[in-house]
Amino acid sequence: MRAWVAILTADVARDLRSGNWWLPVAFFLLVALLFPFGVGPDARLLAATGGGMVWVAALLATLLPLDQIFGRDAASGALDQYALRSLSEEGLALTKILAHLISFGLPLFIAAMPAAALLGLAEARWGGLLLSLAIGLPGLSALGVTIAAVTLGQRGHGALAALLLLPLAVPILIFGAGSLSDAGESAIYYLAACSLSALAIAPFAAGAALRAAREN
Amino acid sequence: MPQTAAPCHNILPANGTAPILSFDALACVRGDNLLWRGLSGAISPGGAMRITGPNGSGKSSLLRVLAGLLPAAHGQVQRNAAIGLADERPALDAALPLARALSFWARVSGKGAADVARALDAMALTPLTQVPVAYLSTGQRRRAGLARLLIEDAPLWLLDEPTNGLDSASITRLESAIAAHRAAGGAVIIATHLPIALDGAQSIALGGA
Repeated sequence: MRAWVAILTADVARDLRSGNWWLPVAFFLLVALLFPFGVGPDARLLAATGGGMVWVAALLATLLPLDQIFGRDAASGALDQYALRSLSEEGLALTKILAHLISFGLPLFIAAMPAAALLGLAEARWGGLLLSLAIGLPGLSALGVTIAAVTLGQRGHGALAALLLLPLAVPILIFGAGSLSDAGESAIYYLAACSLSALAIAPFAAGAALRAAREN
Repeated sequence: MPQTAAPCHNILPANGTAPILSFDALACVRGDNLLWRGLSGAISPGGAMRITGPNGSGKSSLLRVLAGLLPAAHGQVQRNAAIGLADERPALDAALPLARALSFWARVSGKGAADVARALDAMALTPLTQVPVAYLSTGQRRRAGLARLLIEDAPLWLLDEPTNGLDSASITRLESAIAAHRAAGGAVIIATHLPIALDGAQSIALGGA
């Protein structure tokens, strides 16, 4: 437990210190800013599509820090040192999911409010949007960490990670954006189910991938 | 009440103490190449083992197999104690000052600030505590990796070319750290093609050359 807390705090501190956290946030806000230019200033259209746009932007922003999650530790030899200290790969994956959620999920969650304002989303919808993000972002972090582990050590892993993650994230995207529509009450439950499944499977999938990468 | 303790380990050397690590009939295949095979041996508390061989003969692979980081193509390794590995990567956060980068591993291993200070002192790194790891020279980074090993305090050290990039004063420091470690009941396995003082060390030569 002591070791996991040390790794979690060191990871989050490293992301805050290096300023990594603001790049996905800036990207996220930029998409929200550019979208009205693309589709025109029709307030009704923006309000109808804005929630879905926030979700697409959040998904794409999740992709940005993926190569850092295990890449730095693999290059520095820290992954080997964790293994030598009998720290399980599954525990490490879970720690990285938490770190990703704190360093990148939380800033995105906060940035969702200005993004919703930029897209002209009705204020009555903001609560629903934040709720869906709060439920969906942990699932995205879990998928992101899994894909980061699977693509560890592959050449061109940035593009490969995007190719692998986006299809897997489709259910979260569908139910996350779907929960914002008028008939979307049940979608929030499906979103929670998808997010929880991803969280339950991710540590084991990522752990197996990390072992395979080391023994390669 | 007299107790007959069941032996925990299968392989016992002649002097009766359990080996820290023993391995039997190991073989290693990388890609399509058989690097080495039929390696057996054991190392007891206080022992030392030197692995020699030309570049590419699989010295690092042998250390990784012994550490359990790489599966052996054949054979078994029995580990009876924690293992500390120091290779060419110090496993330190390059952006952090040296002392804080080492403190991270102290926290992971449940050690304190005193252990960090002692390790820094043993590797003559105390003047560099506030220097970011990225600014250290090759030899200083090597010593930083050895300091990380000292903090962890594992009974068995696996050192991969530990003298690379070290000046003669640092090599002497490393030799005395190894001697102190062995005197305290630790053991060390060193893969190197350079001379380093190791009293009474066993030797494993890899590769035909």
